Amino acid sequence: MNKNIINRFAIACALVLTLIVAQLHAQTDEDAIMMAKKQFCIGGMYSRGSWKNYWEGTLKRNNLNLGTVSNQMFGFMGTYGVTEKLNLLFNLPYATTNASAGTLHGQQGLQDLSLWVKWLPLEKDLGNGTFSAYIIGGVSLPTTNYIADYLPLSIGLHSTNLSGRLLLDYQLGNFFTTVSGTYVYRNNITIDRSAYYTTEQINSNKVNMPDVATEQLRIGYRSSHLIAEAIATNMNTLGGFDIRRNDMPFPSNKMNATSVGVNVKYTLKKVEGLSLIGGGGYTVAGRNVGQSTMFNAGVFYILDFNGSGKKSSNAANK
Amino acid sequence: MKNIFLSLALLVLTASVILVACSKKVEGVTDNTAALNPTNIDLAAGNWKTVLLTRPDTFLVAAPAATNSPAYVAELNEIKGAQQSLTDGQRAAIKYWSAGSVLRWNEILRGLVAKHNLPPYQNEDGSYPIPSSANPFNYPQFPFSNPPYAARAYAYISAAQYDALVAAWHYKAQYNRPAPYKVDSSVNALVPKTALPSYPSEDAVLAGTMVAMMSMLFPTEIAYIQQKVTEEEYSRIWSGANVRSDIVAGEALGRQVASVFIARGKVDNVGKAVGTPAQWKQFVTDALANGKTPWYSLEAPARNPMLPFFGNVKPFLFDSATVVALRPGPPPAENSDEMKQETAQAKNYITNAPRENMRIVQFWADGVGTYTPPGHWNAIAASDFITQNYSEVRWARNMALLNMALMDAAIVCWNTKYYYFTPRPTQVDPNIKTLTGIPNFPSYISGHASFSGAAATILGHILPANAAEYTAMAQQASDSRLLSGIHFLIDCSTGLQVGQSVGSYAVKRAQADGAE
Repeated sequence: MNKNIINRFAIACALVLTLIVAQLHAQTDEDAIMMAKKQFCIGGMYSRGSWKNYWEGTLKRNNLNLGTVSNQMFGFMGTYGVTEKLNLLFNLPYATTNASAGTLHGQQGLQDLSLWVKWLPLEKDLGNGTFSAYIIGGVSLPTTNYIADYLPLSIGLHSTNLSGRLLLDYQLGNFFTTVSGTYVYRNNITIDRSAYYTTEQINSNKVNMPDVATEQLRIGYRSSHLIAEAIATNMNTLGGFDIRRNDMPFPSNKMNATSVGVNVKYTLKKVEGLSLIGGGGYTVAGRNVGQSTMFNAGVFYILDFNGSGKKSSNAANK
Repeated sequence: MKNIFLSLALLVLTASVILVACSKKVEGVTDNTAALNPTNIDLAAGNWKTVLLTRPDTFLVAAPAATNSPAYVAELNEIKGAQQSLTDGQRAAIKYWSAGSVLRWNEILRGLVAKHNLPPYQNEDGSYPIPSSANPFNYPQFPFSNPPYAARAYAYISAAQYDALVAAWHYKAQYNRPAPYKVDSSVNALVPKTALPSYPSEDAVLAGTMVAMMSMLFPTEIAYIQQKVTEEEYSRIWSGANVRSDIVAGEALGRQVASVFIARGKVDNVGKAVGTPAQWKQFVTDALANGKTPWYSLEAPARNPMLPFFGNVKPFLFDSATVVALRPGPPPAENSDEMKQETAQAKNYITNAPRENMRIVQFWADGVGTYTPPGHWNAIAASDFITQNYSEVRWARNMALLNMALMDAAIVCWNTKYYYFTPRPTQVDPNIKTLTGIPNFPSYISGHASFSGAAATILGHILPANAAEYTAMAQQASDSRLLSGIHFLIDCSTGLQVGQSVGSYAVKRAQADGAE
């Protein structure tokens, strides 16, 4: 039985004044695990994040007119093993938002579809362990015309994103370390307003969305039925502007967040192909984002199209 | 199979590179507006009816030096010298300002309003600090340019610029000094040539008016505006449109005319518009004494009402007695079937609101951090005026008419709001969660509807071909407040009518100001 399930975490990341990180991470594969050929892992993930404090620029504050802002996501996701070294992934979440105080109405809807290609070009023994390198590329596209310019209660930022990620993994016995770096290109978005103010008045309904860079470190235990890991993620928006004193947030704010979390995946021994995951995370530092606490839980199942009925015997620990 | 997917990966990579290479710079709608080239220079505008000036020559503009004088020749040489080595930055300044000075100052003002339209953060004790014009740089900076404040700022600057240009046109016709490129053919005209006399410079008049008005309206922005003034004035010299003495005389005239408006601004009652805690309490006491539910702030902590005595500010288009006469009758009683129905209607609109409703709400919201509804109508007017190739003085006149209507609509609206002091839908039914922020003042009548009714009425008069479109826009702006749960239907429909009545005073003025 393998651990090659979409193994993630919605994630250890800030509910960035709503969901930017969820966009970046919940839908991407950030682990060093591949599906075997002709195996299709599908599953559902529920995640919830909430924050009471947020950073207005660099100033940490609360807002009595928002109370606690929370979001929930119900993600449908899957991974298909084209070959042992090439996987395709998708994720499509339905999201809801809510503020516990104040008068603003929450939002809900289908968010962004993300598609990923994950390639394992290099895997070799190194010392007593195994070193592997992955190149991952992805695109995420809004699936509905949801409103982006309604922060902190919009369900997403509505940009079309292209991501490139380099991921390196080293496993020694049952212990592993994974590091990755991601660059996210974000397309400009169109909002309903015909003008807005950033650090200057912009008389346009187009918004320049700065790109984003993230780095992630994962350390933990990985065996055939159990994965337990600690995760640290750092996200930086490469541009953007700070929320002004007592202003509302805006999609092109400079949203930065550093978060830590844990993630556990257990693959059942009794039911072949079935696994359960769960995790939690907390934002320890940020800028123009909420200080989010989040948790997630999911169920995944592997469908085997090899016809033999055997489930991925080669799901070696990667 | 494997090859296909590898190709796919490569494709994604290539697409990424292409997209990343593309510029993400966002262009403003007027960044590339062509240089203004008026179809009619309105040479007789010196006779148009001014707003506050009693005569177009109240302020003397001395006769300019003759164009064959050594002083003038030296000024021509300044232009020629500058034109020999214009930098890209200088050319960009010429291009920017040539689109029209009234347009550019209006855009800059909209930016200032948006920048300063932020409600102050509360004190430790839950009260709110009030911006002080005496200490404008202290937090919260002065001003908080909320909608009524903004309406007044747009009106004062637009009206002052209009009066100043009427005076300028008076002297242009009187002195009839030709533009530098007409006097000396070796001066290049880097803006469209015009038959309009160049003394005093209309650009400098507008710049001088603007910077002088900052002392009253946006005192923290004087330095910023002074930079823009310098840029505009030099751009006119570099472009060959004006000599230095055109500029000097123009800026001085603009500043003098502004002083008349600043003097009015000191006594127009805006200084008393904030009120005192005792006065705020009195609204509540009075409502309760009349057996009515008083409005209360839905913010936490409860914020003092926004400019409750703005309704006593002196209007431009009519007298204060007319403000009272224009104030509509009361809304239906709060426990009437009609109001119950309207509350249910508001609730209904915010429940599962369609995306198109959200779009309408956001498009017209013009809330915190924006140029406000009056600014939105300025933007709408400006984009249509650009297509008309007006002279600067006609641009200024039309903007003044629009903005006086908007300010006076704010006055009548605010007068009504605090006269009736009625609750918002969400106060009546806390289950009404709104689709945009609830403004911190009473419900009846809608500010958006009042502004929009007034703006659509005067703009429809100025550009009759667009009248139906403006009416539809005003209706939608008014509806947006109902769709968002911010207002009852009666607030919107009555506000629209009141706005139209105010707008009709601007139309009356337009018909009699000598420009039509």
